[in-house]
Amino acid sequence: MTEANLAVKKLKEKFPHAISEIKTFRNEVTVSVPKKDLLEVCRFLQSDADLQFHLLADLCGVDHFPETPRFEVVYHLCSVKRNQRLRLKTRVGESESIVSVESVWKVANWYEREAYDLLGISFENHSDLRRILLWDGYDGHPLRKDFPVEGPDFDKPFVPEV
Amino acid sequence: MAETRLMTINMGPQHPATHGVLRVVLELDGENIVKATPHLGHLHRGMEKLGESKTYHQAIPLTDRLDYTNGMGNNLAYVLAVEKLLGIEVPKRAQYIRVMMAELQRIAAHLIWLGTHALDIGAMTLLLYNFREREDILRIFEEVAGGRLTPTYLRIGGLSKDLPEGIEDKIKAFVRAFPDHVKEYETLLTKNVIWLKRTKEVGILSKEDALSFGVTGPTLRGSGVKYDVRKAFPYSSYEEFGFEIPTGSIGDVYDRYIVRLRELEWSNAIVEQALERLPKGPIIANDPRITLPPKDDVLSDIASLIRQFKIVSEGFTPPQGEVYASVEASKGELGFYIVSDGSSRPYRFRIRTPSFANLSALSKMIEGSLIADVIAVIGSIDIVLGEVDR
Repeated sequence: MTEANLAVKKLKEKFPHAISEIKTFRNEVTVSVPKKDLLEVCRFLQSDADLQFHLLADLCGVDHFPETPRFEVVYHLCSVKRNQRLRLKTRVGESESIVSVESVWKVANWYEREAYDLLGISFENHSDLRRILLWDGYDGHPLRKDFPVEGPDFDKPFVPEV
Repeated sequence: MAETRLMTINMGPQHPATHGVLRVVLELDGENIVKATPHLGHLHRGMEKLGESKTYHQAIPLTDRLDYTNGMGNNLAYVLAVEKLLGIEVPKRAQYIRVMMAELQRIAAHLIWLGTHALDIGAMTLLLYNFREREDILRIFEEVAGGRLTPTYLRIGGLSKDLPEGIEDKIKAFVRAFPDHVKEYETLLTKNVIWLKRTKEVGILSKEDALSFGVTGPTLRGSGVKYDVRKAFPYSSYEEFGFEIPTGSIGDVYDRYIVRLRELEWSNAIVEQALERLPKGPIIANDPRITLPPKDDVLSDIASLIRQFKIVSEGFTPPQGEVYASVEASKGELGFYIVSDGSSRPYRFRIRTPSFANLSALSKMIEGSLIADVIAVIGSIDIVLGEVDR
């Protein structure tokens, strides 16, 4: 706890206006930041000598339909040197885009492609924003809450355009 | 001078050495790889979406089908996440049996990796030996859980049933014989000249790159980073077991091979310790709102019957919140991120699989090397496409 608070403390010092909320649930610390400060915060957490969050364990989107802003992008950071975890969160609207963190952690390239594919969140400055799991030309984003689990066209045969 | 141009080759999705349905588009200059682009999704089943439509108990069988060589480990990651969300304590005996099963499963998964990896590079004999030992483990699983590949043995709060009578002797016999088998594998490979030529200094992944690409598990440890979820964030009483984390030095295919071989031995040692110190007691937490009652009670007692009916039909309602729980699966860090809105189904069912992140480093490892090395590298990062595509 004290160690995780070190990250929170340092963030508060460095970005006094950027942290909108800090929550602790089941000993997991979640820090919410506005999306305009996200890249700076990520760079700081990754490169700071005391924190060293070198591993982006996970990046995913959560759909909060019908709330606005609609999506939440969640970053699970892990420091393999200090054995600490931290969760970062930011909100993004349906017609907005969010900055890519590919320049901080290379694995974000694929995670962001996945979030784009399944939820339709678009990322700025991404080097290769294509669908990753579904095929090019697929219509819709299946992990959205307004997408039925059996698919919108489950009773129609699928004929790809040649 | 003759004109030269790049050639594009499709490797997969039906290539036997891509371990499933991975498709890699290779741009070649002669035999050298200029660019490699993996294409995923041939095995996408929409598990995260399916998970959102099932009650917490119903999602357990889904997890078996992620990495189908590591069923027990996947079950464990998921139930740990839900237990964390609920805040319930699992009895010691159940924790020890979980550790034992997860480690046996790791041995079985590593044996598949070793056999197929060696087969890809041309050492055919080993596969037969590996599957012989793996069969022993699957027989144990069959007796314990009823299923061989997809055991679905774990339940939220504990286990589905206690160990059957006489199984401990069988596990003991396996544990006693296994170290000699590992030596047997080593005589076939570790100093084999062809093996060394195919694996030494091939597919090198530096420490910094490995971390940046989110690589975990034996692949990360092969690059020399001492990170193992079992030690870093102990779960299910792992802090009570003595074991070490083997690491490699330069992060080539050979280092990853050595790390996994040592892990086979340490996993075996953990199973042995768990068996020796196996506590007595209940195998599932007794929380009437969450855990299923013992089957005998259900057949004889009306209150238990009602409790079982309610849990199976409606499920339980955890508090609102979000948790991330991860385990060291055979391929790396397998994590579940569950967002609960207070209903009986998860609001978000996110699966962080090791193979997905490990595969993202593939291009980095093979660009600039020979086409024959692609086979060695794909084998060495040990991906399972069921887990990449979900």
